[in-house]
Amino acid sequence: MKVLDRRKMLWVNGALLALLVISIIGCALLGPVRLDFSQALQNIFAANPDAEILYRARLPRVLLGVAIGGGMAACGVVLQALLGNPLACPQMLGVSGGASLGGVLGLVFLPHWLLPIGGGLLGEISWVPLAAFLGALLSMMLVYRFSLFHGRLHPYHLLLSGVIFNSFIAAVIMFLNSIVDFYQAQGLLFWLMGSLSTRAYLTVAFIWAYIIFGFLWLWTKGLSLNLITLGEEAAMQLGVETGALQRQIFVASSLMIGAMVSVSGMIGFVGLMVPHVMRLFVGSDHRLLLPASFLAGGIFLAWADTIARILLAPAELPVGIITAFFGGPFFLFLLYREGTRRLAV
Amino acid sequence: MNPAIETHELSFAYKDRAVLRGVLLSVERGEMVGILGPNGSGKTTLIRILSAVLDGQGKVKLNGRRIETYGRRELSRLFAVVPQESRVSFPYTVAEIVMMGRASYHSPFALEGKKDLEVARASMELTDSLSLSHRYLHELSGGEKQRVMIARALAQEPEILLLDEPSAFLDLKHQVQVFELLRRLNRERGLTIVAALHDVNLAALFFPRLAMLRDGKIYRDGSPREVLTEKTIEEVYDIRVRVELDPSGEKPQVFICPSW
Repeated sequence: MKVLDRRKMLWVNGALLALLVISIIGCALLGPVRLDFSQALQNIFAANPDAEILYRARLPRVLLGVAIGGGMAACGVVLQALLGNPLACPQMLGVSGGASLGGVLGLVFLPHWLLPIGGGLLGEISWVPLAAFLGALLSMMLVYRFSLFHGRLHPYHLLLSGVIFNSFIAAVIMFLNSIVDFYQAQGLLFWLMGSLSTRAYLTVAFIWAYIIFGFLWLWTKGLSLNLITLGEEAAMQLGVETGALQRQIFVASSLMIGAMVSVSGMIGFVGLMVPHVMRLFVGSDHRLLLPASFLAGGIFLAWADTIARILLAPAELPVGIITAFFGGPFFLFLLYREGTRRLAV
Repeated sequence: MNPAIETHELSFAYKDRAVLRGVLLSVERGEMVGILGPNGSGKTTLIRILSAVLDGQGKVKLNGRRIETYGRRELSRLFAVVPQESRVSFPYTVAEIVMMGRASYHSPFALEGKKDLEVARASMELTDSLSLSHRYLHELSGGEKQRVMIARALAQEPEILLLDEPSAFLDLKHQVQVFELLRRLNRERGLTIVAALHDVNLAALFFPRLAMLRDGKIYRDGSPREVLTEKTIEEVYDIRVRVELDPSGEKPQVFICPSW
């Protein structure tokens, strides 16, 4: 009888972690400007263009990409499990819209003297993710509430109200964008488009903190996530306090989504696709699926962003184009090959 | 000794539609009780309240203790539920599904241990589902699925087994297999069994005690011969029937008299 054992846990996560480390180094070395690696390593503190590019420009960007790819994939895994729906992902549940609106409201209405603390940097990282988190959490709870009848969750209602909620939010954001002054509108648009473009280490560290905290919280729920995929009632009967589980997952994933949206906007596809691909490779046990998807999501986005930087260098493509362009056909191929066997049941 | 299950004046309404109106039921340890009744009489609601996924009005006691005082982990070690139909949204193997029955026995952070594996294997052997262990649940037939569900319930090592029309989607052979298994579990392991049932004749053959629900109340409660009388069935189901003893001369069987 084969079930998840310690060996498989260690082996899969170890291999993916090694691959992630290799990817971080590889992606940091690749770019439109050729780097002399030995030069970059030798003179970290001296004025040294190679080291500047490596440590100031590329490494923080790659690290940010890893955090966001991992976070998106992990959120995709738990939302799919919680809703018992293979279509669930942050974009489709209105959560990302809510996070964007929260962030926009934060940018527009938070007192201006709050924003520039720490030369704009600390302000940006401490207020906008918080506002985005609140927006994500509120919209998730709202959409969830609209799909609850007689204490039962109706998945089709949930998807419909999520999609509709997202377009409603988009309208609100566009309206806000029209009424603020020109400079604010520029700032908003820039923020909404989002990218992984280079950030200070402090920003990257803040985002990592949010995402690691949320991820570890979700990981402790791995076993309960297995049970909740059987439906709410079955999970209760197998010993899960489902109400508490739902609340904790909403809060933890909103934290992560808020943090991600606040720096990079929503990068599509990672949260939807990576969980399915990983389920194919490592199985549906969330105690393994969750960390494996986190690591794989990080690897995927790090490489996608590297391709986005290189492909039309010196111009840069939005990373979302790369994730969909390479991810889409690959996913369709898997969907077709697997039929109804191991992907969407 | 306290009865395994005891309800007192148990009522339940979905919004303004009353489903249960004062159910009085007491099940001793080691008993095997079939709950009968027409559609909408409250069978499934009763099973759902007993398994603590719905809150009814009135008292429910398990082993003499109010059901509200139990935590979910504790409850899932006390009783297991076999659903009418099981659906998975993601591909799980049979082994993984059965192992989920062990969830409340080990730490939520840990993987299953040796004991968990042994119990799961034993319950799969008992339900003749060990050979399915590597297959995906959603690829099994209805009969195979139901055996797996019973295996998972047994992996919970429960004192009480609750079933909601366990044979609703099965053909005759698999229906009989499920009921024979239940009878065996009840006799050999002293498992207390309460099942909502559809088929009065199969219920009469396999269940020593039947309780007939009508309009949200227990209308008759006793041995098959006491409950399955022509008068009771005509009153509850509103059809004309004849009741005769089966060839063994012990169990009543219901014959339908069509109205043409």
